[in-house]
Amino acid sequence: MTLFHSIAAGVVIVGLALTAIAALVRIVRGPTILDRMVASDVLLTTLMLAVGSHMALTGSTENIPVMVAIAATAVLATIVVARYVRRRAMTAAADSQPGSGADHA
Amino acid sequence: MLDTVLDGLSLVCLIAAAGFSVAAGVGLLRFPDVLSRLHAATKPQVFGLLLVIAAIALHERSWLTLATLLPVFVFQALTAPIAAHMVGRAAYRTGQLDEESLVIDELAPDVERSDRLG
Repeated sequence: MTLFHSIAAGVVIVGLALTAIAALVRIVRGPTILDRMVASDVLLTTLMLAVGSHMALTGSTENIPVMVAIAATAVLATIVVARYVRRRAMTAAADSQPGSGADHA
Repeated sequence: MLDTVLDGLSLVCLIAAAGFSVAAGVGLLRFPDVLSRLHAATKPQVFGLLLVIAAIALHERSWLTLATLLPVFVFQALTAPIAAHMVGRAAYRTGQLDEESLVIDELAPDVERSDRLG
């Protein structure tokens, strides 16, 4: 069992590290702001999975409040950025509207 | 005996959660546009977290721990779909999607009709 425990710990560490690196690469390279937001969401989820996996592997429970706080507030940044993108697009459309509006009239 | 089995199950849950996480990371790197990346990214947000919470609960085996873990999953299950919906909506409405990869766009006729009526 102790060998399986060590193997599982290794798999979890390597897997979560790979995911975090992939999310960081996408944050740096992502062509649009929404790509970066999705990737940063994945990074935050990976952090939450890492905190939880650490608790399960070491048998401690003191980090549960951290998980509750992250789970409750992670959505705020995503919603703010999504609304910002939408509003910026609407503003850009309104700015280009007078010319095309005159054509319609 | 039962303790050994439950500890083993907890480790299996952790490995499965790590696998989901890796799948999300690979999808994030390899998929072509925002909507498909969103599809890959939202899997571990709910199911991976559920597996990790199950692993903690199986390892601790106390009702108090389960009761404190439940809000984590409830918050995440309530808010993750909202965030994904907002990102998907913003991506669609600002045209940041790969039109070539779409098989069918069921939203376009509705948007067109609402624009015509409005």
